[in-house]
Amino acid sequence: MQCPKCHAAMHTYNRNGVQIEQCSGCRGIFLDYGELEALTRLESQWQAPPAPPAAYPAQPAPAAPAWGAPHGGHHGHHRSRGFGRMLFSS
Amino acid sequence: MELKGTGARDGAPQEPADGVLGALAETARRAVHGGEACRCGPGAVGVLADREDGAVVRHGGLVAKAHAAGTEAGAHAARVGLAARPELAGVLLPPVPGPRPADAGDRPVTLWPYGTPVDPDDPDAAPWEAAARLLALLHRTPPPAGPLPAMRAPEKAALAVGRMLRAAPDHPAAATVLAAWRTVEGAGSGRAELCHGDFHLGQLVRDFRGDWRLIDVDDAGLGDPAWDLARPAAWFAAGLLPGDVWARFLGAYEEAGGPAAGADPWARLDLPARALTVQTAALAVAKSTAERRGLDEVEDVMIDTCARIASARTAPAPAASP
Repeated sequence: MQCPKCHAAMHTYNRNGVQIEQCSGCRGIFLDYGELEALTRLESQWQAPPAPPAAYPAQPAPAAPAWGAPHGGHHGHHRSRGFGRMLFSS
Repeated sequence: MELKGTGARDGAPQEPADGVLGALAETARRAVHGGEACRCGPGAVGVLADREDGAVVRHGGLVAKAHAAGTEAGAHAARVGLAARPELAGVLLPPVPGPRPADAGDRPVTLWPYGTPVDPDDPDAAPWEAAARLLALLHRTPPPAGPLPAMRAPEKAALAVGRMLRAAPDHPAAATVLAAWRTVEGAGSGRAELCHGDFHLGQLVRDFRGDWRLIDVDDAGLGDPAWDLARPAAWFAAGLLPGDVWARFLGAYEEAGGPAAGADPWARLDLPARALTVQTAALAVAKSTAERRGLDEVEDVMIDTCARIASARTAPAPAASP
């Protein structure tokens, strides 16, 4: 395949399962149908923590009861003296 | 029992006075030295706790503890006997063998080895995994033959609510705490495993080998072991205990074969964690009123959690037994 812009030869690369044609002259990139979406998906996975392997689920937030603190909780308090005392008293 | 370590830590040991503390100091000194002279350093002698339900005086390698006045003799003997069981030597700190010391007034007295407590100024370094393993081992140990009282965790929650109602019935938070209490009141699971009955970080000490052991068997007995996880569970649910610490604690408990968690831990923990939330909030209301102060930041968090418990109670309650 020839580059539609500079007419140099295009080479096919496989990036994380997505076929990319890149021009050997102007370095322009040609994407087939759906490949931009595939790349966008890959990008979002890159930003998120890597998907855990099935056998070792990386720590999801532990389960909490319906009445638990809203997500994120009050964790700023956990170093306070008040909580320190609470940890040690009946 | 809360081993605050006041004497040794602050370098300013409180000199035991007359009365119960004086009697404890004398009992501990005699147990260590007999009639000989004492050469213990001042940092190793002093009052560790002085509350109505537990006064503790250290002398060198031993502590003498005065239990609550009115402690029922049979149940008390069974609980202290439990701590002396060889199959629990890796879990509970055993009492000092020998005849029981004389009572201090109307309070029974027991002698124990001194153990180094968790540093209260460094809760991040607390031995959460070791604590979870000890609880799992306790819960897995078949109860010994012979009579053993019920563990007192549910009773203590009810007592805390009663104390709040006597001390501060008109406190603006009292109605919220009571509304949460109504979601808990009267529930029982019918389980009869060995339980500590009052687990928190003050209930851990290192023994002479440096191994962590559980102390304070005053509330121990038979019951639903989920109550022993309920205090950390309540702290986590309130948003006070970070999720990763809670996950470490629960994970270590499950890994050690603890019977109170399982695939859906909150099916077992929900009710006792609500009860411990109510207990903590009720005591905060009672204590802050007695001390003529407002609620502090974390006490407010527990009241807020009570409000969420009360408003979530229309949801179906989890089964009280598996």
